[in-house]
Amino acid sequence: MNDQQDNPIREAITTAIHGNEVILFMKGTPEAPACGFSARTAGALRSLDVPFAAVDILPDPRIRQELSAYSQWPTIPQLFVGGELVGGCDIVLEMLETGELAELLGVDGAAEPLPAPAVSNGGTLQIENQH
Amino acid sequence: MPDAVDIKSRIEAAIPGAQAEVEDWTGGGDHFRATVVAPSFAGLSRIEQHRLVYRVFGEEIGGPIHALSLTTHSE
Repeated sequence: MNDQQDNPIREAITTAIHGNEVILFMKGTPEAPACGFSARTAGALRSLDVPFAAVDILPDPRIRQELSAYSQWPTIPQLFVGGELVGGCDIVLEMLETGELAELLGVDGAAEPLPAPAVSNGGTLQIENQH
Repeated sequence: MPDAVDIKSRIEAAIPGAQAEVEDWTGGGDHFRATVVAPSFAGLSRIEQHRLVYRVFGEEIGGPIHALSLTTHSE
């Protein structure tokens, strides 16, 4: 992409998505979610006891803008696994219920967690790693 | 401001064969919950099905429509 160089936020987003096996873009943080949909989605991941990275999109409106342009998904939260968009709150909760989420994340119920996600070194996004 | 009836008819008009049930989740006119059944969803992933519904509303999602919670089925 031609404008990649001029677009550090887009670049930080794609780097974060590809550098973290499981990453959730949300409003607020898993400890202090700022929206019920984000809270429920983070809760779904926690219920499976998988480590995941979390990005709060609220500090800069451009994060949400660039994320939605990249993912072609209009709402927050957005969960990515292995670099692919899994969905927002509705899809994640539906997949939690059907067991598809556990399967996708390679856990069955309370089985072994995934390897810890890579730690970000970028300054553009605040990425938290959840264990 | 859109209401549930509005949202239902726009989904049904835009997606061939779709039948939608829409409720105003909070009564505040900005959080809606919709179940959409459309034969044209067959063969599409959940993500693609939801994208088709979101696309009906474009920029309104996240604007006047703060949230549109979706359940989609092909039959």
